[in-house]
Amino acid sequence: MSTTIHEWAPQLGALALSALMAVAAGLIGSFAVMRRLVLAADPMSHIALPGIGIALILRFNPLWGALALLLLGAVLIWGVERRTRIATEAVIGVTFAVALAVGSTMTSGEELIDALLGAPGTLTLPEAVFGVVGALIVIGFVLRQRNALVVRLVSPEIALTSNVDVARLDLYFLLAFALTIGLGLRFLGVLLMGSLIIIPAAIARRFARGLSTMLTISVVLAVASTAAGTYVASLAGRPSGPFIVMVAGGLFFLSLLRRRET
Amino acid sequence: MNALAVQDLGVRLRGTDVLRGVSFDLPRASCLAVIGPNGAGKTVLLRALIGAVPYTGRVTWAADTVLGYVPQKLDIERDLPLNGHDFLRAKAALAGGPDTLRAEALRSVGLPEEVLSTPIGNMSGGQFQRLLIAFALLGRPNVLLLDEPAAGIDAPGQAQLNEVIRSLQETRAMTVLLVSHDLSVVYRYADHVLCLGPRGACFGPPRSALTPETLYEVYGQPLGFHVHDHP
Repeated sequence: MSTTIHEWAPQLGALALSALMAVAAGLIGSFAVMRRLVLAADPMSHIALPGIGIALILRFNPLWGALALLLLGAVLIWGVERRTRIATEAVIGVTFAVALAVGSTMTSGEELIDALLGAPGTLTLPEAVFGVVGALIVIGFVLRQRNALVVRLVSPEIALTSNVDVARLDLYFLLAFALTIGLGLRFLGVLLMGSLIIIPAAIARRFARGLSTMLTISVVLAVASTAAGTYVASLAGRPSGPFIVMVAGGLFFLSLLRRRET
Repeated sequence: MNALAVQDLGVRLRGTDVLRGVSFDLPRASCLAVIGPNGAGKTVLLRALIGAVPYTGRVTWAADTVLGYVPQKLDIERDLPLNGHDFLRAKAALAGGPDTLRAEALRSVGLPEEVLSTPIGNMSGGQFQRLLIAFALLGRPNVLLLDEPAAGIDAPGQAQLNEVIRSLQETRAMTVLLVSHDLSVVYRYADHVLCLGPRGACFGPPRSALTPETLYEVYGQPLGFHVHDHP
């Protein structure tokens, strides 16, 4: 029998973990939104589906199957984009369609719903450890590489002459993006994790006039949405994923009420 | 001594030869102007020289070369939440070097500090070009590659920018590679001209390269360009 968080740190541990995950989502989301990868986040998360299917067939934790496919998908997208110079979102879109087709033949009914919307129940210790380590890797990557990411964002050629290995940076970014989706799978499911990455950052983009403000607003909103959504879900006695995304979506529509200053 | 030697450079993109058989040597601290009609491969040449596109032939930079690249007008979204401070801070962190470098770079390009708090997508064409040059200077380059730095800028702004480039070249003994459509600028500032045209490339000092015959060959039509000799 596996050890569960409930045995040693009820709720508090889970809350800290989901907050860490939200910080990672807010940070990686900021750069995804600035790079116009908004529409790519959702399709990318669906690449996890075949991995979940394989894991269910082979009877191991679907999270590891999903994670393996997400990271593989990131490398694949990076490779295809480099070889063919097709835009990232187009490659992600095609990969997603194929992954969804393959995934739907492997999963069915309840399993698919769990995979899409997040499975209820407590985390096992390995899952919790993965959550903490994975979130710290993503947070560390964005904070350490933020300068290279900024220059890459403005112009890949300028980055090249500023001693940035653009190809490697792009690969690491996609891997960090895939890892962030993997982090949220247990809480939110593949359908909703993309939203937690994108929505807070999309709100932040409307108001920020500089990078620090952008990152701060995005992280604060991601954490606030996660906390508020989890709280409301616990009151309603339902899975937290949909509530987290509803809170984030609500904040987005509220933000539209205020016109952006330019 | 040469800053750059290019031998038989060729670039093929999507099955089309964009550049073929380009060869030239560029002495240190000199200014090369690259001219030619639209689509002649001027930008591709600069991108090949910095290693951003695959090429055939040989490109040899001097061993101590530090490149600064100022790309053609970048299309920055107006609502991109990056301001001038973010942009220069990123470069300073990547390049290292003393803090004084930033103020010096801004002074060199004549960009006031207060402009830096503006998001880069909201800057005027002239401000953003100056920011890009300041950005390049933070890497302490000894070679500056500029792709139509004055494009989209009003006439007084263009004149100022040309003076900035000129003074950088003189005071810092920089080697400058400049893509330009303005032949009077080329004539005034360049030590060498590389013409890229449909019939191949030519290279030489402006006085011999910018003859009506070569210009006709490069642009495929007669150009009303007259050389004015000023004392």
